[in-house]
Amino acid sequence: MFPHRHLLGIEGLGKPEIESVLDLAEDYVALSRQRDKKRAVLKGLTQINMFFENSTRTQASFELAGKRLGADVMNMSVASSSVKKGETLIDTAVTLNAMRPDILVVRHQHSGAVALLAKKVNCAVVNAGDGRHEHPTQALLDALTIRRHMGRLHRLTIAICGDINHSRVARSNIILLNRMENRVRVIAPPTLLPNGAEKLGVEVFDDMRKGLEGVDVVMMLRLQQERMQGAFVPSNREYFHRYGLDEEKLSRAKPDAIVMHPGPMNRGVEIDPNVADDPNRSVIQEQVEMGVAVRMAVLDLLSRNIAGGAE
Amino acid sequence: MSTLILANARLIDPETGFDGPGALRIERGVIADVAQGAAPEAPEGAEVVDCCGLPLAPGIVDLRVFVGEPGERHKESYRSAGEAAAAGGVTTICVQPETEPPVDDPAVLEFAMRRAERASVVRVAPMAALTKGMKGREMAEYGFLLDAGALAFTDASRPVSDPTVFRNCLDYARSLGALVVHHPQDPAMAAEGCVTESAFASLLGLPGIHPFAERIMLERDTALVEITGARYHADLVTTRGGLAALRRAKEAGLDVTAAVSHHHFALNEHDLADYPTFFKLDPPLREEEDRAALAEAVAEGLIDAICSSHRPQDEESKRQPFEVAAYGAIGLETLLPTALKLYHDGAMGLPALFDRLSLAPAKRLGLPSGRLARGAPADLVLFDPAAPYVLDRFALRSKSKNTPFDRRLMTGRAQRTWVGGLEVFRHG
Repeated sequence: MFPHRHLLGIEGLGKPEIESVLDLAEDYVALSRQRDKKRAVLKGLTQINMFFENSTRTQASFELAGKRLGADVMNMSVASSSVKKGETLIDTAVTLNAMRPDILVVRHQHSGAVALLAKKVNCAVVNAGDGRHEHPTQALLDALTIRRHMGRLHRLTIAICGDINHSRVARSNIILLNRMENRVRVIAPPTLLPNGAEKLGVEVFDDMRKGLEGVDVVMMLRLQQERMQGAFVPSNREYFHRYGLDEEKLSRAKPDAIVMHPGPMNRGVEIDPNVADDPNRSVIQEQVEMGVAVRMAVLDLLSRNIAGGAE
Repeated sequence: MSTLILANARLIDPETGFDGPGALRIERGVIADVAQGAAPEAPEGAEVVDCCGLPLAPGIVDLRVFVGEPGERHKESYRSAGEAAAAGGVTTICVQPETEPPVDDPAVLEFAMRRAERASVVRVAPMAALTKGMKGREMAEYGFLLDAGALAFTDASRPVSDPTVFRNCLDYARSLGALVVHHPQDPAMAAEGCVTESAFASLLGLPGIHPFAERIMLERDTALVEITGARYHADLVTTRGGLAALRRAKEAGLDVTAAVSHHHFALNEHDLADYPTFFKLDPPLREEEDRAALAEAVAEGLIDAICSSHRPQDEESKRQPFEVAAYGAIGLETLLPTALKLYHDGAMGLPALFDRLSLAPAKRLGLPSGRLARGAPADLVLFDPAAPYVLDRFALRSKSKNTPFDRRLMTGRAQRTWVGGLEVFRHG
């Protein structure tokens, strides 16, 4: 039930395919909670993680997922290697391809770069985030977390808050949650909204209190502070005042609403520590756990489409 | 040179609007006689070409062509650009000064023109830099550059952001009667973007440039033209906002003209779905509403000229993620078939189309070409407007092959091209 060679984005996935990833991920949640966490479904396969942009968490999550399924996992920190010496992305891809990996997990700072690389290699490619375009495994792990907490993944009202414009997490989530028939709201100052946001199938709010009214799920996004202050928002403190999730603003949501964040968090900028660390509301740690399970499911499903014999 | 008779043609004269059967007599590289209807008796020893009833029009004067000389000959030389132009029915290429080093000095201009004269089969009309080093700070030596043959001044793809500098450039150029050509795109608004800002770009996750970056620069420029009374040409207008600003300037009686590239009225942003870097242009491809408005503005004459905006790039600079790939597409050989779409769609007749392609740009530069009149240079293109073919980028004559029209069905192509009465291209 997953007829794809690569996972480049949520855009190409139908509802049943999303469900099959989540269903399989449930099994891997259970597996990962056992003492023996290993399966041999990727035995003999080579997985290379290529992160052109540094990311400790996502890379660790993919590494663990691959290892639990028995793959040989290699991490290439390309952010600091030959690419800086002028080698192009495609040269790197062609070189790696000659080493006959079975799965490439790629993060790149430019939108569309992972799809470009996928055209030049013979193996399965997983998009671990490309520019501000997509981050499909993040959307899938968010979906799994929501489904486990709310008991369903449809007819929910979900608010995505913060820097929508520069966020690949927001794009993938908007696509996935719409496809599963939820109501999606985005809440952001106008400077952090993409052009034509309303055409993406979301309701747009610039008043956070109004936007959170009656929602089931609050998804916070990270504010990339380095390039924000003065340019897109006046200051961190004004941003926190108007768009930071604190208990008062959260009280507008449904009483059992959950709070999510893709991490790493800026406590006191986009989220109040009291909310972030509230075990009754925050599912942020669980998202990290679901991340490993979802990535195991994705690797497993893609590996089933890898030809058995010599390629 | 002996007499040449081009008989049995469908003459297209943008100056008189004539579109009908006729013949031309060429003597010493110049049109010596225009005969409507049957061809006159050929004099003794004349070479007679049977045009088989195909349209014969003044050769295209392309206002925006980048050649890699000096500095980047591996992308395009005067030889390859000339051959591509001839094959596309282009008989004059206006080369941009954006080379390495830039053409901001009479010595560089003279060097480039020596190369052009030796290597190019079509005429080369040079534009020189508007500012020294094309840095947008100090004006170049317009007087000396005019003496060396410059026909206009431009910083090509680098807009001059400082309004005081630009005002002074306009002011000084006016005193010499020189034409100033500008790329109307606010550089600060365009700094981070690589596509037009839109809902579609948002989905692709590509940083956008608001279409008003063009309108704002064009409004500024036309205000400065109002102050200085200079002659101004916008090299590429590509948005509805830009068209509105252009219309206001023309209605106010300012000496303002504008061109559009054939890419911008033939393609739109939806061609970018798969991040194809051959479609990465500066300014970027626009929304469908803009594209349609541009085609209309060309037909109406609000846009004066159609150019190729021929910008060769090597494979390496295009084999990159979209955001970091180089800008530009070649166009000398796709300009004519793409422009002919406007004719096939019924938007305009061939004389009007060759006004935008040949006569209007020639007039703007003060060149005598662009017309089928006695005494005009015999720069001509004979073309088959209905010839269908699938474009193969590797069959193009440019050294660089970065065309967005690869594998697309084209309709119409040049059959023969003459420059100064000499045949420089024959199809097949």
